[in-house]
Amino acid sequence: MTLKTLLAGAMALGLATPALAQDDPVKVGFIYVGPIGDGGWTYQHDQGRLAVEEHFGDAVETVYQESVPEGADAERAITQMALQGADLIFTTSFGYMDATNAVAAKFPDVKFEHATGFKREHPNVSTYDARFYEGRAVTGTIAGHLTETNKIGYIASFPIPEVIQGINSSFLHAQKVNPDIEMVVTWAYTWFDPAKEADAARAMIDQGVDVILQHTDSTAPQAAAQEANENGGRVFTFGQASDMAEFKPTPRVASIIDDWSPYYIERVQAVIDGTWEQQASWGGMPEGEVVIGEITDAVPAEVKAEAEAMIAAITAGEYHPFTGPINRQDGSAWLAEGEVAEDGALLGMDFYIEGLTGDIPN
Amino acid sequence: MIHLERRPTPSRAWGAASPLLAVALTMVAGGLMFAALGKDPLEALRTIFWDPVLGEFAWYFRGQILVKAGPLILIAVGLALGFRAGVWNIGAEGQYIVGAICGAAAGLVFYPTDSVRIFPFMVVFGAFGGIAWAMIPALLKVRLGTNEILVSLMLVYVAENLLASAAVNWLRNPDAVGFPGSRNLARWDASANLELIEGTGIHWGVVAALIAVIFAHVMLTRHLMGFQVRLAGASPRAARFGGVNTGRLIVLCLGFSGMLAGMAGLFEVTGPAGQISIDFASGYGFTAIIVAFLGRLNPLGIVAAGLLMALTYVGGEAASANLGLPSAAISAFQGMLLFFLLAVDVLTNFRVRVGKGVAA
Repeated sequence: MTLKTLLAGAMALGLATPALAQDDPVKVGFIYVGPIGDGGWTYQHDQGRLAVEEHFGDAVETVYQESVPEGADAERAITQMALQGADLIFTTSFGYMDATNAVAAKFPDVKFEHATGFKREHPNVSTYDARFYEGRAVTGTIAGHLTETNKIGYIASFPIPEVIQGINSSFLHAQKVNPDIEMVVTWAYTWFDPAKEADAARAMIDQGVDVILQHTDSTAPQAAAQEANENGGRVFTFGQASDMAEFKPTPRVASIIDDWSPYYIERVQAVIDGTWEQQASWGGMPEGEVVIGEITDAVPAEVKAEAEAMIAAITAGEYHPFTGPINRQDGSAWLAEGEVAEDGALLGMDFYIEGLTGDIPN
Repeated sequence: MIHLERRPTPSRAWGAASPLLAVALTMVAGGLMFAALGKDPLEALRTIFWDPVLGEFAWYFRGQILVKAGPLILIAVGLALGFRAGVWNIGAEGQYIVGAICGAAAGLVFYPTDSVRIFPFMVVFGAFGGIAWAMIPALLKVRLGTNEILVSLMLVYVAENLLASAAVNWLRNPDAVGFPGSRNLARWDASANLELIEGTGIHWGVVAALIAVIFAHVMLTRHLMGFQVRLAGASPRAARFGGVNTGRLIVLCLGFSGMLAGMAGLFEVTGPAGQISIDFASGYGFTAIIVAFLGRLNPLGIVAAGLLMALTYVGGEAASANLGLPSAAISAFQGMLLFFLLAVDVLTNFRVRVGKGVAA
């Protein structure tokens, strides 16, 4: 017997019936790559889950599994959630891409939403992501103003388009306000590894970096900066994924917050209404998915005003962070004067812009 | 006063009973922990131990237990042989990774042609990768007298960096618009290591584990090589006087365990994992060390230990998802099981005496 016939049998017996009957709550599952207490990426997805619970009350039931590795175990975790009757499953990390699509093939009546991926092989798979580069434009601007050594550090996770967009956007905007800027990029090859992230931060501080941006999820770089400041240093950081408010007012001077609540509520509503359809969503500041956390008083008032003006312009759709003229690292033209980057080009971004040093490890 | 008295010979009765006692103690202590976390302890224990084997969706989870146990058993059997001879290969994780990389690379050379010869070719290269990685500590030990524990362990970190570079660079899927990870080998007919009988979870890796268990069991009990392994472990000096070539034994033990670990990596990358990715290494090589000792370094015991370990993983995941238990609580629960298994083991070798004993 194949899995499909077994499933059909199970469904006929009412064992794995997706709870679509009116009185049954809609069951929404979440697969997390880190622990919900990571204070970053997974924490924010879990906040989104809690927002769904609060918004819909008894009409939904949520389940989650944390710290699911992005290898062979992911498919089992997703399958088991579908078996337990989930109607909608959010798989919240890039590495779940093939597993999500494989499980979706076996459960055509369950809806799947995969974060940050690009494969939608079945009609019941959607993808979603947020335009973090919009937030990076703001933090890059603040960083360019704050640095005295003209050295900005960037702890990068993996050389994928999303991360490269962030590096380019921060550098571009730091350079706009401070043409002498130099950016030191360190590849950590992890999304969450406090020890590695702390090492990267300390090494950068030793090299004279005085502003650190991060695309990894732990608060370890913040702690490393705090430690340096206690020993007479002057280092600033930005919260990543979540607010990381415990490091206010310094070293953390602002943050990029991923707010998944609006998207999660919208998609759960679509399942309840029976209007859910496959899509590729890429929201940003206008949709409220990318939010800049409190800019502290450690940032001079005029810099803060400049940052807030940029937030307002991006939110209103008046400013796109990748607006030409922008050249590639090798000097060739990418965007002409006034030209705005297309989504397709951003989603496949695999090059640095002019002025960045070093190579993308490819 | 309570004191321990060494038994003249290990107790057979306790040897058999201690794993059961350990599981019982784990259930009590784990149940208390689950209760302290505000969950129904009986429901949690049922979800971990009962549901995957006999519950509503057991038809799916039983197969998954085999998928999880396969690589653990395959690696542990090889390690146990070395451990019995006093050869400490702690770096099976590295051999597992290098085996997967070598095998995957050997196969991807032929992409996208289709031939039934590609998969066996990949298995051979997977085994070869594992052997090659294990030969480094083996030859260094034989020639220069270095410590194989340190060398094999350090090589795990080297292997992890090789894996990262393979995933983002030289084995990266060229069609993946800049994302890391190789092509999905489980979706390419020539390399896919799928279930041999659908719904059972049995893939080539599980079959290989079974063969390795039988082979190791026969060798240890019936073959001169097995006798040499046991002799070298029990008394290295006696072994040398008895004409055992220690250097050859070290190379053979490390090579054999490296080969099995490399094959486990290949079966995993072509099947359950599907691709070389940065997170491909899932710790099987380290967990297998625990499995080897849980199984008393005995091939048949390792089968039981591997299945038990796999059950706690699969059931633990289910408990974490269905009951909202934190993943750390599941890890703690597994830790308890190992702790009690080792602690109760004391009873096999020692007698507990109450009262005034002879001064030790």
